[in-house]
Amino acid sequence: MSELLTIDSISVSYGNIKALRTVSMHVDQGDIVCLIGANGAGKSTLLKAIVGLEPITTGTISYQGNIIAQASASGVKKRFSLPGRRSASDSNTLRTDEIAGRGVALVPEGRRVFADMTVEENLDMGAFLIRDDDKISRKKEEMYDFFPILGARRKQKTRSLSGGEQQMMAIARALMSSPRLLLLDEPGLGLAPLIIQDIFEKIAIINREEGVTVFLVEQNARMALKASKQGYVMENGVIVLSDLSANLLENEKVKAAYLGE
Amino acid sequence: MLNFILLILIYTGIYALMAIGQNLITGYVGLLSLTQAGFFAIGSYVTAILSVTYGIDFWVTIPLAAIVAGFFGLVIGLPTLRLKGDYLAIATLGFGEIVRNILNNWDKVTNGPMGIQRIPMISVFGVRVSPYEKWGFLVLVWLFVLVGYLLFERLAKSRIGRALEAIREDEIAASSMGINTTRYKVWAFVFGAAIAGVAGSLQAEFILSVTPGAFTFMVSIMVLCMVVLGGMGNFKAVILGAFLIQFISYFPQLVGLSNVIPPQFKQILFGLILVIMMIWRPQGILGRQKRIAPGSFFRKGGRS
Repeated sequence: MSELLTIDSISVSYGNIKALRTVSMHVDQGDIVCLIGANGAGKSTLLKAIVGLEPITTGTISYQGNIIAQASASGVKKRFSLPGRRSASDSNTLRTDEIAGRGVALVPEGRRVFADMTVEENLDMGAFLIRDDDKISRKKEEMYDFFPILGARRKQKTRSLSGGEQQMMAIARALMSSPRLLLLDEPGLGLAPLIIQDIFEKIAIINREEGVTVFLVEQNARMALKASKQGYVMENGVIVLSDLSANLLENEKVKAAYLGE
Repeated sequence: MLNFILLILIYTGIYALMAIGQNLITGYVGLLSLTQAGFFAIGSYVTAILSVTYGIDFWVTIPLAAIVAGFFGLVIGLPTLRLKGDYLAIATLGFGEIVRNILNNWDKVTNGPMGIQRIPMISVFGVRVSPYEKWGFLVLVWLFVLVGYLLFERLAKSRIGRALEAIREDEIAASSMGINTTRYKVWAFVFGAAIAGVAGSLQAEFILSVTPGAFTFMVSIMVLCMVVLGGMGNFKAVILGAFLIQFISYFPQLVGLSNVIPPQFKQILFGLILVIMMIWRPQGILGRQKRIAPGSFFRKGGRS
């Protein structure tokens, strides 16, 4: 299996606080990989670093064998650089929109739907990089078939959707661009167990039938480990365990800390 | 009396152009910019200086006014657009004041506080459009408004417009959809500045003189009021807003009470309008325009 995403000893700091400390991990093409950990362990920070929303202070992130983020030579966040410009030392670091353009779609924490837009308009936004209107229409129909509830609500303001429906819409919006790698940040957050199950089933289908590689971050460890092939455990900004998810489910430490057994 | 109403309508048109630009920046991208007066001044002075000092025809100066104002939009936009909300408002407010101070003090080019007088009148195919013949000037100004409206409406309904709205709703989500948020924000700023430059150019031709005193912070506030009153994100609404704000501000003269009501009443009234609208009708009188699906604007010619 080839590595689709490779994270090589990256660190992220918020001021003096180190959110990630030399984290290394990888996501293989075609897999579902999960990262579990407690609140504040640094899981979301890792996803933000992957899509270029947080600058990294050490290491590199590669996607399809190309570096998409590299620590700047000085190792310091550039606070006063002009927006939209990159200095020579940062030339390997892509902006968030460029990373999206390479086929990495993020379903962000808290869903971040465009609440004042309808479901259909949200999906249109997800297809921003597609120039072909017919393809956008086809893609939308696919999404309505896959998430029938969205089809029924296509003309409704997203604000009026339930949490579970909004989460499905956020996933559908991310899929509009036909991504190769789908990043999911806490897809189960704040949702009823039955709905979480439904969402995880959808994620499995997306992976199996569309061949989309999935990297998901979850607090709901049992769900995430059951759904995934490979798992990582993060504590205080450090990867403390990595194994096949099936093994992690049997791991005594994981059981005690995350599965409540 | 009729002449006075025509004068108000001409100013309405000039301000409507600025309001259209402000609407792109504030209504679509959601950026609180307070610098239209600065770009307005730049446009005015470009036309004044080029036509008086260098004898260049108005029709040549007007695109230059748009380009120079747009260029300053880029210059001020690049460093400030990473700021949000009130920080951006303060930075842009500062820019407007800097422009006015430069105009006041750069004697050699701008003639300082005395400004530039005797700007040559516009002529269209050899026919002079004199500001004293108000009907002709009115038509000219409102033709500019019509063209500006159509251009900006088209821009807002294009892919760019959708990107701007996505940025307003959620910048992080927008960037993860592949939208280069900085680039689009700067473009909105440049277009908004350019149309204010055109408005400035027209005002210079209407008054036939420019003075720094005409470009105070109050101008930016008036333009913002027009957008808020009419309805953010709706170009027709902000033109209505321009109309209402202009008539409100000339109301004392219009009813012959200018001796009784001090001119400062405007400022109180604008403040009140902003506060009242924000509390009771933040979407403005007409509210935001409906969005349309991509492609359907040109293909089906209607809303889906």
